[in-house]
Amino acid sequence: MNNDKNLYCIAATFNTPDEIINAAKKVSGAGYTHFDVNTPYPVHGMDDAMKLKPSKLGFVTLVMGLAGASIALLFMYWNISVDYPLVIGGKPYFALPAFIPITFELTVLLATVSTVAAMIMLFFQLPDNKHPLHDTQYMKSVSNDKYGITIEAIDDKFNETEVENFLKKLNPLNIEYIYFPPVETYPIFQPKFLLLLAGIALVVSGGTYFSLNKLMFMTPFTFMMDQDKLIPQKGSELFADGFGMRKPVAGTVARGFIPYPYKGQVNPTEVLSNPFLPTKENISLGKEKYDIYCSPCHGYFADGDSRLNGQFPNPPTLHSQRARDFSDGMLYHIMTNGQNVMPSYESQISRDERWAIVNYIRVLQRAKNASDADLTEMNKEAGNNVAN
Amino acid sequence: MSQTDFHYQKKELPASLTKFALILLSIGVVLSLIAFFVDRERALFGYLVTYMMIVSIAIGSLFMVALEYIAGADWSTPIRRIPEFFSKLLPFLFILVIPLLIFNHDLFHWAHEEAVAEDKILQGKAPYLNITFFVIRTFVFLGLWTLFYWMMIKNSRKQDTTKDQNLTTKNIRLSAIFIPVFAISITFTAIDFMMSLEPHWFSTIYGVYFFSGLVVAALAAITLAVIMLKERGYFSPWMNDDHLFSLGALIFAFVNFWAYIAFSQYLLIWYADLPEESFWYLTRWNGSWAYISILLIIVQFLVPYFALLTQPSKKNPKRLKFISVWLLLAHFVDLFWLIMPNMNSMKDGYTFSWIDLVFPIAGVGFIILIFIMSYKKDNLLPIGDPKLKRGMDFHL
Repeated sequence: MNNDKNLYCIAATFNTPDEIINAAKKVSGAGYTHFDVNTPYPVHGMDDAMKLKPSKLGFVTLVMGLAGASIALLFMYWNISVDYPLVIGGKPYFALPAFIPITFELTVLLATVSTVAAMIMLFFQLPDNKHPLHDTQYMKSVSNDKYGITIEAIDDKFNETEVENFLKKLNPLNIEYIYFPPVETYPIFQPKFLLLLAGIALVVSGGTYFSLNKLMFMTPFTFMMDQDKLIPQKGSELFADGFGMRKPVAGTVARGFIPYPYKGQVNPTEVLSNPFLPTKENISLGKEKYDIYCSPCHGYFADGDSRLNGQFPNPPTLHSQRARDFSDGMLYHIMTNGQNVMPSYESQISRDERWAIVNYIRVLQRAKNASDADLTEMNKEAGNNVAN
Repeated sequence: MSQTDFHYQKKELPASLTKFALILLSIGVVLSLIAFFVDRERALFGYLVTYMMIVSIAIGSLFMVALEYIAGADWSTPIRRIPEFFSKLLPFLFILVIPLLIFNHDLFHWAHEEAVAEDKILQGKAPYLNITFFVIRTFVFLGLWTLFYWMMIKNSRKQDTTKDQNLTTKNIRLSAIFIPVFAISITFTAIDFMMSLEPHWFSTIYGVYFFSGLVVAALAAITLAVIMLKERGYFSPWMNDDHLFSLGALIFAFVNFWAYIAFSQYLLIWYADLPEESFWYLTRWNGSWAYISILLIIVQFLVPYFALLTQPSKKNPKRLKFISVWLLLAHFVDLFWLIMPNMNSMKDGYTFSWIDLVFPIAGVGFIILIFIMSYKKDNLLPIGDPKLKRGMDFHL
């Protein structure tokens, strides 16, 4: 016995799959438990011949599959039915059929990925580049066209001469002794290695910094950037003042923009009059815009009942005598120019919409302060409706 | 190995089986005739369910034979005669289909000329859905099936005596032609005999749906026959767990396939919720149909899925036998669920009647009888097939 070498196993190789099945049957029949078979491809019937127990891998698949299914279902349920309920396509919040495809996908994904990962990492214990069978003549032949069986030295029944005689009786091509490779150590914290590591870090980070921040802005790479064109906000040598951008010609008006000449004036009422008749369409346009832009502060009925919970000063009611006495032009001017803390709405609401809002405010004011004449008028209309 | 010197000796089926089949068939036929005079419409719908069941087993078995040839499978070669025996049902479909063609008026709404005259949609479909074309289609498909049955089975039987390997090659070529023919013909059969019962409805996946159920039924029938014969020693000593496992795995796969297709059809119609599509499912949700719809999911998918999930369960002959019977029943429920709610009197819910039970009795008797008939003429093993030995030695 060779004492300075540590025996891993005794290996035998055969020529045909039938021989290896027979060998596996004999070896497992003789009571060896720590043995393995290596073949170039899966040989049918090997599980039985080796008396292998059914793999436990299926349980990984089952558990991870169930995990995938429940994660998907619970997540979608919590997401769409509980935390942020959304109606999609008129379906109920918990629309099970719509959840099934994602549940199915996640079940399959988790089950398969974890099965493969568990098979490779837990069951095969890969990556392992120190396995004694590596780089042996045995492994070279069984990964090519031979069929091999190994009986490991850790087996309780293992006895070198007995095993060798036993394997010889099976008429193998050859028998090989495979030893553990000598343990090689690679101390990591050597000054030389650390220095190398630091050097590599320096070169990589420096190179990255240089190429991303400097190299990219050097001549051959900047060809596309250096173009003879005007770039907004950049200087240019084309014009005498050195600016790339030009001022518009005096009196230029932006597209769709009508300048308001009374900006900052107190009361331009006389010159402004409402160009729109209070028709149904115009009033409903005014209502729409009023509800969007004005109602947050002024309230839906212009009572000055802000919805902002005191985070912005409440405006006064528009039903006061003063407000009702404002001309249409004054209301338009306030919207356009702003008043006190109220900002200008010129940029948000178009000119025509502002006039429509004026019409709608008039409707609100009249509705809140209806006169007897209005009531008779209304009753008459109601009476007509009933009569009809 | 020991199978090398295997010598086939034919072992006859017990006479009691013939008696059993004859009793079932005669009881079934007598009761069916009575049912026909009691309630003609219901009897015809019940007959249609059983007819489609026989079509499923017959053409599904021929499909399994073709599949073995085209896939080059050898595990199934020793048991190939079982689907061949079942596919002998195909020529008999010519006779079985006649009542459906004669009494088409009771079955098909589109066969009513006065209804078509008032209905724009049916007028649009009239070039396809009319009696002449319907009969032509039916006989063309039955003729094609019988032709392929006759050619493939003839080659297979000839091989028993000549042991000519070229016959296998011939059958592989025939299978390659048969499979597209099969795909198209069963799609149109499903549309003609089942989807057109509700002529306003349409589903493009309907043919695939019928296919998925049909393969499950055929596999279940084959597995049931294999296990019954194995239990009585017809397949000893060579048959092992791995043959059963392969059958079980195929059943398991097609049970999943059925669920996948059935759910695909449901999901799209449920999601789009278009009235012209969704009413078909709503009919099947009326009254007691709702219970049968839910039952179908449990019977056709959940129970067989969990019963066959693990590897040992696919090798367990008792479990497989039970699941085979169960799946034959499930496919019957499936066809029942597809066909029966189209009856005008059953639109609001299922009402039980003894008529529903008489046709399956006759059908079971008929199938067993045909099986015995073809068994008598033929060897149980394809003894001339070059793949037979490999199939017997099959190991996973």
